[in-house]
Amino acid sequence: MSIQCPTPHEEDAVVLLGHGAGGRLTAELLDHLVLPAFGGSAGPLEDAALLPGYRELVVSTDSFVVSPIFFPGGDIGSLAVHGTVNDLAMRGAWPHALSVSLIVEEGLPLADLRCVLTSLGKAAQDVGVPVITGDTKVVGRGAADRLFINTTGIGQRHGRLHPSAALARPGDAVLLSGPIGLHGTTVLSTREGLGFEGDIASDSRPLHKLVRALAPLGESVHVLRDPTRGGLAAALNEIARDSSVAVEIEEGVVPVPKAVASACDLLGLDPLVVANEGCMVAFVAPSAAEEALAHLRSLPEGAQAVRIGEVVEHNPRGRVTLRTLVGARRIVDMPLGEQLPRIC
Amino acid sequence: MKYLDEYRDPVLARRLLDELRQTATRPWRIMEVCGGQTHTLVRQGIDELLPAGMRMIHGPGCPVCVTPLETLDRAMAVAARPGVILTSFGDMLRVPGTDTDLLSLRARGADVRVVYAPMDAVRLAAAHPDREVVFLAVGFETTAPANAMAVLHAARLRLTNFSMIVSHVLVPPAMTALLDDPDCEVQAFLAAGHVCAVMGWTEYEPIAARHRVPIVVTGFEPLDLLEGILMAVRQLESGRYEVENQYVRAVRRTGNTDAQDAVRRVFRVTDRAWRGIGALPDSGLELAEGYREFDAARRFDVGGLCPVEDPECIAGAILTGARLPTDCAAYGTRCTPRHPLGAPMVSSEGTCAAFHAAGRTPARSTP
Repeated sequence: MSIQCPTPHEEDAVVLLGHGAGGRLTAELLDHLVLPAFGGSAGPLEDAALLPGYRELVVSTDSFVVSPIFFPGGDIGSLAVHGTVNDLAMRGAWPHALSVSLIVEEGLPLADLRCVLTSLGKAAQDVGVPVITGDTKVVGRGAADRLFINTTGIGQRHGRLHPSAALARPGDAVLLSGPIGLHGTTVLSTREGLGFEGDIASDSRPLHKLVRALAPLGESVHVLRDPTRGGLAAALNEIARDSSVAVEIEEGVVPVPKAVASACDLLGLDPLVVANEGCMVAFVAPSAAEEALAHLRSLPEGAQAVRIGEVVEHNPRGRVTLRTLVGARRIVDMPLGEQLPRIC
Repeated sequence: MKYLDEYRDPVLARRLLDELRQTATRPWRIMEVCGGQTHTLVRQGIDELLPAGMRMIHGPGCPVCVTPLETLDRAMAVAARPGVILTSFGDMLRVPGTDTDLLSLRARGADVRVVYAPMDAVRLAAAHPDREVVFLAVGFETTAPANAMAVLHAARLRLTNFSMIVSHVLVPPAMTALLDDPDCEVQAFLAAGHVCAVMGWTEYEPIAARHRVPIVVTGFEPLDLLEGILMAVRQLESGRYEVENQYVRAVRRTGNTDAQDAVRRVFRVTDRAWRGIGALPDSGLELAEGYREFDAARRFDVGGLCPVEDPECIAGAILTGARLPTDCAAYGTRCTPRHPLGAPMVSSEGTCAAFHAAGRTPARSTP
């Protein structure tokens, strides 16, 4: 196979940090470089893939490079479990097994490594998913930043729950399981010593039980997605694009914790593009919306679930709009690139 | 943190809009000076809800946008030197210089770091005595006191490895220059609340009197802007031209005199070129004689710089409010946040970026 340079118009000859931020730059890298190298993608890019030949089995992999490795509300170990468990859950799957690969920088205190691995083990135990295989590599000082972790997970889908980013339909209710912006602002504040870290903690947590609670609704649940890198703005834009629908949300009902709002104001960030690790958006058929909300609210991690908007007919497909506080409409664009590097 | 709820209340916002519609009888043109205000107006869509015919003209108050190309090129030339840590606020990193931008330089190995306050740069210098730490000091009167404090602190610590590329600008000379232009359409100003928190509003009183133009010192939240616009319209409707203060919770007439003292100690007023607008007399700050040792332009000889603007960019007309971003042939096509031709497409306070983020197109660009 010969690989031609797919982006002759790109004058940026090197990788920028923004290429890993989950926004438009990441999408460009995937579309122009990564996917063509593997022969293209068979469909929308989902949080987890169906294992070819097995209708119910789902696979997902994720690497964690968060800096710092300990932050209020979690650490790189628990995050590595939650991140992959949640990616499986977003395809309607219950986690069955995890692999864990470590890339450790020479000089990392063993006490720190023990702390992270204990936390990782506890997180996996709490979820109820065994770690069945793994790998450990050590690289020289400077060749990695303390500790990177990759986890891969295998899960099995719940009955008729088959959500996909391509299944949103006009009329769908858009539900959000909890407040946004906590993870990104916590990690940034901790890393840069901005002083908000006393007031906020990462929302890092597993969402598989929340998804199981929606299982009785079966095919009425059209899309599930956890808005990690790129935040709610990126997640909604991806869904709108992959489903070829228009989404409209109401600014006033999107739950933004006060400390997040103040931190974002001070730093010039938009809470809609800040990463989350413990909430999800669900697109459900309008007839099932109230029942879905009740199911979500029955669990602690979904106690603050709200309906934030719907899939609308009157806007161009692929577009996400927001009704502002004063009643005007504006477009919520796909975030561009680096605002908060290395938050997961 | 109640201020967020209080100043973003939808019911109160609608009430103010209703009052505005009842008050305005003519298609008034009001300029908000500050990019932060532009950001809120466009983000909330406030300018789309104004009474028919009324227009907000977006002003030159985006510090990133008016920083001259030569300053940027100088920063990049300094950043490319071995041993230098160039520090800056995040917004500056993507602004295109003549050849490249700071983010791309960083990806190629330059040590470019985002700081959240100039004192962070001083701390970096103290922690790395073997490196030269340079802070790119841009901004209006708002950021000048913090930058002055950083210089005073570095002097107290006797740091010899800390310096600044100073490109500070001042609001009143820019307003005067706009008003002196015979084509100026601006009938009233919303002055930038945070600039006035530092400087007070005495400087604006002679401008209001001489040009017979109402000036309302205004905050940045949706309700601040709506109230500021309403106050300006009331003045216009009744033929008054005073300086009024909407932002009473942050601004008093004399401003913050301690901050002004620090600025006067460290900086002095100088002529300054504004990107897109041109040179304006007495419109900027440079390091005063006693603090020249912290001037990066003196410390680093980067040779002759040849800044070349992209010929297609109409940033000057955007910054003075003469044109809308959507009037530009390159807007949204050859010029996007991904590939900006000019600074207003970069900063979140830039008018072009604000328009682009809100999805505005030539067909839907409510002025």
